[in-house]
Amino acid sequence: MYIRCIRYRITKFQKFLITILIIGIHTTASYSNTLIVCKTCTHQTITETVNTAVAYDTIIIKKETYKEYNIIIDKPLTLIGKNYPTIDGERQGEIITIVSDHVTIDGLFIINVGTSYTEDYAAIRVKKSKDFVIQNVVLEKLFFGIYLEKARDGKVYHNKIIGDAVEEYNSGNGIQLWYSKNITIEHNFVQRVRDGIYLEFSDDCLIKNNVSSHNIRYGLHFMFSNKDTYEDNTFEKNGAGVAVMFSKKIKMSRNFFKENWGSASYGMLLKEINDAEISENTFEENTIGINIEGSNRIQYTKNNFINNGWAIKVRGACYTNIFVQNNFLNNSFDISYNSKLNDNIFNNNYWSKYTGYDLDKNGIGDVPYRPVKLFSYIVNRTPETIILLRSLFIDILDFSEKVSPVFTPDKLLDHHPLIHKIE
Amino acid sequence: MLKILKYSFYDLMRSRWSYVYFLFYLLLGTVLLFLNNDLSKAIITLMNVIIVLVPLIGTIFGVMYYYNSKEFTELLLAQPLKRNAIFLGQYLGVSLSLTMSLVLGIGIPFILYGIFRSDSIWNFSLLLVTGTFLTFIFTALAFNISLSNENKIKGFGYAVLLWLFLAIIYDGIFLMSLLLFEDYPLDKLSLIGTMLNPIDLSRTLILLKLDISALLGYTGAVFKKFFGTNFGLIISILMLSLWVFIPMLRIIFKSKKKDF
Repeated sequence: MYIRCIRYRITKFQKFLITILIIGIHTTASYSNTLIVCKTCTHQTITETVNTAVAYDTIIIKKETYKEYNIIIDKPLTLIGKNYPTIDGERQGEIITIVSDHVTIDGLFIINVGTSYTEDYAAIRVKKSKDFVIQNVVLEKLFFGIYLEKARDGKVYHNKIIGDAVEEYNSGNGIQLWYSKNITIEHNFVQRVRDGIYLEFSDDCLIKNNVSSHNIRYGLHFMFSNKDTYEDNTFEKNGAGVAVMFSKKIKMSRNFFKENWGSASYGMLLKEINDAEISENTFEENTIGINIEGSNRIQYTKNNFINNGWAIKVRGACYTNIFVQNNFLNNSFDISYNSKLNDNIFNNNYWSKYTGYDLDKNGIGDVPYRPVKLFSYIVNRTPETIILLRSLFIDILDFSEKVSPVFTPDKLLDHHPLIHKIE
Repeated sequence: MLKILKYSFYDLMRSRWSYVYFLFYLLLGTVLLFLNNDLSKAIITLMNVIIVLVPLIGTIFGVMYYYNSKEFTELLLAQPLKRNAIFLGQYLGVSLSLTMSLVLGIGIPFILYGIFRSDSIWNFSLLLVTGTFLTFIFTALAFNISLSNENKIKGFGYAVLLWLFLAIIYDGIFLMSLLLFEDYPLDKLSLIGTMLNPIDLSRTLILLKLDISALLGYTGAVFKKFFGTNFGLIISILMLSLWVFIPMLRIIFKSKKKDF
């Protein structure tokens, strides 16, 4: 009797299981529903297809030109373009707006986003959603490219954004994050927009392997964004380089900053940055490699500074920064300081201008190196004197200052300069 | 003129000093490449050396040659020859032989090292062009000094002073005046100041190649035009040619009027 009772119970449980299974099969069936959009299909426009589709449908867009804008995706959908179909917004406004979770956009070619001075029209905007993927998208003639607004846990992967910005005031950013969290931005290619990648109030993001070049303002721009990581990116020929401002705990490594030229142009601009790690980056041929202002407790390790005008320009209010094992190669000025106070540590760096000797052959120079030259102090005061760079008279001046420092911070020394370059 | 040029040139080719000068550059080039193993760095060092040394050698050698061959010059003057031809021939002979020592002395180690296969070739040719200009300018200045001074010691004194002034003192005065007038817009003044000194001028040419990223950090529009385009390069080369041309004219002018 007792046994039968148990048996009965099991069968009831089995029934329950079967019901769940059936429901499950139903949902999977609806998930795999595929709708095709083309000029000769039942679905001819993307907007209409999105409206008729049910959650978790896949929409395949055939190669064609679709003149559409204001496509609002309000349910979990997957949009896949075959051979890069064109969506032409005809400069009317925003093109795709995602307001639902779990949306994937793949392989589209979007052009002609509307320009407005009151609204930030974007090619693709993600609004208060999570778990989205935007990949293999090509954007041209745009205002804002990919705009993530209060979004989280998403991925922006392998997109190409090519703008035609000329002025700062009437152009938008390539990839913009605003109050977003935990976003991965990887393998994107951004060119000729205002800011290549812009983060504001966005935490825990990973920015990796992107190339951002020829932008009007910054290649990458950080504002009030904490605990982000950016690595293996290339920033080249941007109007003002890369700016990292008012942020904490940022990790920057293996990035490449190249040829950012101009009077307000930096490989990297650090302002009010605390507790960051900057390692293994290469700064080459920038007017200023790193411009530091009000930044504390930053660890600079194994960076390469090659052929820059100023490798590092310290503007003030920078305390307890540590510069260890960096290579300073052929920069016009290695370090520039505008005060006599120094609380930063330089140790074990390689300076190509070091003229000391190493008698005990331990690879460390026996004479400390003084990276701040008198001439850099003079140029700070009267910029026109730069024309006397490399003059014999200036060399004599620098030498006498080196022997007995009067104008430059006398405690700013690399006590253990390396004899050989760090590979 | 060509005959006298040829004679002076061959005469100098046989002289010990040309060899010493040639060997010095050969040694310098080889040692730099051997120690550095880095072409661009070796070129930077050479630039610093050339800017100071070439003018010095040019002035001293020019003055020395003029005073040493004075008797021979007087002999030539007795012949039916134009004074132009004699002095210009001698001047070009000295400049050419000095230039040859410089170009060969530096060129050989760099060619052996493989300059043609590297991208530093333009920096290197600029270096040689600058060196050549400086040789011609300072030899011409030396001839001017010695034509105006019969007294050997005085002539040498002026020559060394000229070098000292243009290589070091001028920049000192230049820097002081820039610092003194720092409240005023200075970019025109600083560019004009550079144009007036051949050593500074050649230095600017080199800066245009090496330190362009630092130079573009300054906001002045004149500066930007000068350094940001080819304008600076063209103006600098024109000014260097002027610096050769004007002293040469003075040699002709002075030699016509001079009593021997």
